[in-house]
Amino acid sequence: MTDAAGTPLVEMRDISLAFGGIHAVDRVSIDLGAGEVLALVGHNGAGKSTLIKILSGAYRRDSGSITIRGAEAAIANPRDAKSYGIETIYQTLALADNVDTAANLFLGRELRTRLGTLDDIAMEAQARQVMGRLNPHFARFKDSVKALSGGQRQSVAIARAILFNAQILIMDEPTAALGPQETAQVGELIRQLKAEGLGIFLISHDIHDVFDLADRICVMKNGTVVGTARIGDVTKDEVLGMIILGKCPPGAVPGPGSGRDLGSLV
Amino acid sequence: MLSRLLKSTELDTRMLGMAFALVLIWIAFHVLSGGLFLTPRNLWNLSVQSSSVAIMATGMVLVIVTRNIDLSIGSMLGFVGMVMGVIQADLLPKLLGFEHPATWIVALGAGLLLGTLLGALQGYLIAYLGIPSFIVTLGGLLVWRGAAWWVTSGQTVAPLDSTFKLMGGGPEGSIGATWSWAVGLVACAAVVALLAHGRSRRQQFHFPLRPVAADVFLGTVGCVLILGAVAVANAYPWPIGSVRRYAQANHIAIPDGGLFIAHGIAIPVLIAIAVGIVMTFLATRTRYGRYVYAIGGNPEAAELAGIATRWVIMKTFMLMGLLAAISAAISIARLDAATNAEGTLAELLVIAAAVIGGTSLAGGTGTVAGAMLGAVLMQSLQSGMVLLGVDTPLQNIVVGIVLVLAVWLDTAYRRRRA
Repeated sequence: MTDAAGTPLVEMRDISLAFGGIHAVDRVSIDLGAGEVLALVGHNGAGKSTLIKILSGAYRRDSGSITIRGAEAAIANPRDAKSYGIETIYQTLALADNVDTAANLFLGRELRTRLGTLDDIAMEAQARQVMGRLNPHFARFKDSVKALSGGQRQSVAIARAILFNAQILIMDEPTAALGPQETAQVGELIRQLKAEGLGIFLISHDIHDVFDLADRICVMKNGTVVGTARIGDVTKDEVLGMIILGKCPPGAVPGPGSGRDLGSLV
Repeated sequence: MLSRLLKSTELDTRMLGMAFALVLIWIAFHVLSGGLFLTPRNLWNLSVQSSSVAIMATGMVLVIVTRNIDLSIGSMLGFVGMVMGVIQADLLPKLLGFEHPATWIVALGAGLLLGTLLGALQGYLIAYLGIPSFIVTLGGLLVWRGAAWWVTSGQTVAPLDSTFKLMGGGPEGSIGATWSWAVGLVACAAVVALLAHGRSRRQQFHFPLRPVAADVFLGTVGCVLILGAVAVANAYPWPIGSVRRYAQANHIAIPDGGLFIAHGIAIPVLIAIAVGIVMTFLATRTRYGRYVYAIGGNPEAAELAGIATRWVIMKTFMLMGLLAAISAAISIARLDAATNAEGTLAELLVIAAAVIGGTSLAGGTGTVAGAMLGAVLMQSLQSGMVLLGVDTPLQNIVVGIVLVLAVWLDTAYRRRRA
């Protein structure tokens, strides 16, 4: 999906990254439009998390280019990524367990008073606001994050990502620790953010969630893209075939990884 | 009723427990020594003896919170002390003349700069070259101790500049009764102002407030403790020799029954308190402090949040070096001499103080105030045993056992709360 001028919000071209001799990500190209949800699916070790960590600045790519709204983006560390409005909810949540919710939400971007000291009260006020939107019953603002439940911790990680007017949101298994009701809440949030014009990368193992929330789906296998398809153009079984066999159905646009393993399997 | 009030003050129960343990130790020593421990003289000496370790413990907390350790500070103290000694007793007298008014500030400034640089060097090796802090500072322990010897080939440097010596305490190195009361009153006003400010800020944002009784209770206890401490310091008179010299110099006749001149708060204690306040401010009110704790809690998360983690760690070691230099100044001033053995084993006392004060070696937790209280606790044990005439080897055995016991209690407490 692209905007009026035909430029996607994010475009990653021919991204490669190898750890030692292992090609974790191999010539991957994907794009994402404003107000679009692109699901990244594949087995563990398919390269999804590595790919999005390149976009979020946690890893540095070996080659390839990233453009945002058509302009080359220089992303060398997490701070650079945040300056482009890229926010990430990591699978591990990446929370500092020993400090409280507000400290985590503003970690690296603390609000300060005129004297340059931490403005904890103002941060707590904003934290109460954003947490109220995600998890209305949440009241444990004085506790360290360690003391919170899995779902509450996940809410904190999500809240941190949406607190700073993100343009591009990366969600790596955002509902992994959540119960059914909280999962539905996150789904609602994704629709809401999409309506606000954010572009969202959604990594998920749950194929039902993906069909529920995503506009397009991109399947990765062994560090390469098997294929990309609009949700309406493929069935769940076909997507499973892409994930397991690397077989690209007629409804999908094949990537460099399509059919690579078929020879040995069939 | 009382327990509800304590709970509503939101004070750390751990801290309260430690203060309680300290009071118990004091009372026990007082009874065992036949009333010698809780005297103005002993408490005043205790405060002076604690200050050097307490100052370094405030920095060690931050080092340990970032999951590092610094074994080099005792040797660093020795080396920096030697350099400061040589500058004021040897170098500057030749350049500026004996007892020049600028001597103390030049010597102190050079020492603080040197300490910071040594810390920066170690911090760079740890943060940017990725060498474990245990190894870097173990190397530092040997290198700086050797360097301390090298400065004068092992010769002791004495006497020191008389202004510099004030940092070591003693009758002249204390601020007297009037100024002590003034400091005490300012401190009380600060406590009340802080409580009031916190209340009004929370009110402004409509956050839940502590009950008024809790704030009044906190303020009262704080002020009583401060003024009590001042009263104790003011109840300790100058020794007769100092009084006689003072009377002679100022042409005062000593009345019958002697002249009572109060010590008041000792300058090293004031330095330690100031360091404690600044370090608490750094740790809790600044971005730097927030990052130190975040790195200790989850280094990867801190990195992903865009924090320059290496620079934060290097800064922490620089701060540690600076604090070791302050302690070096106090130690040599107190001794009126710089020796190359000064500060031997101080690193272990400082680490023990921080750990007894609730700093977890796993990183992420610890408070400056706790570490300072830990330093006072360690020093109380030591000077209490000296009062009781316990042999030095037995003193070490007791301190060692108490350290292990304290950490075990703390571990059990944390496990129960988790």
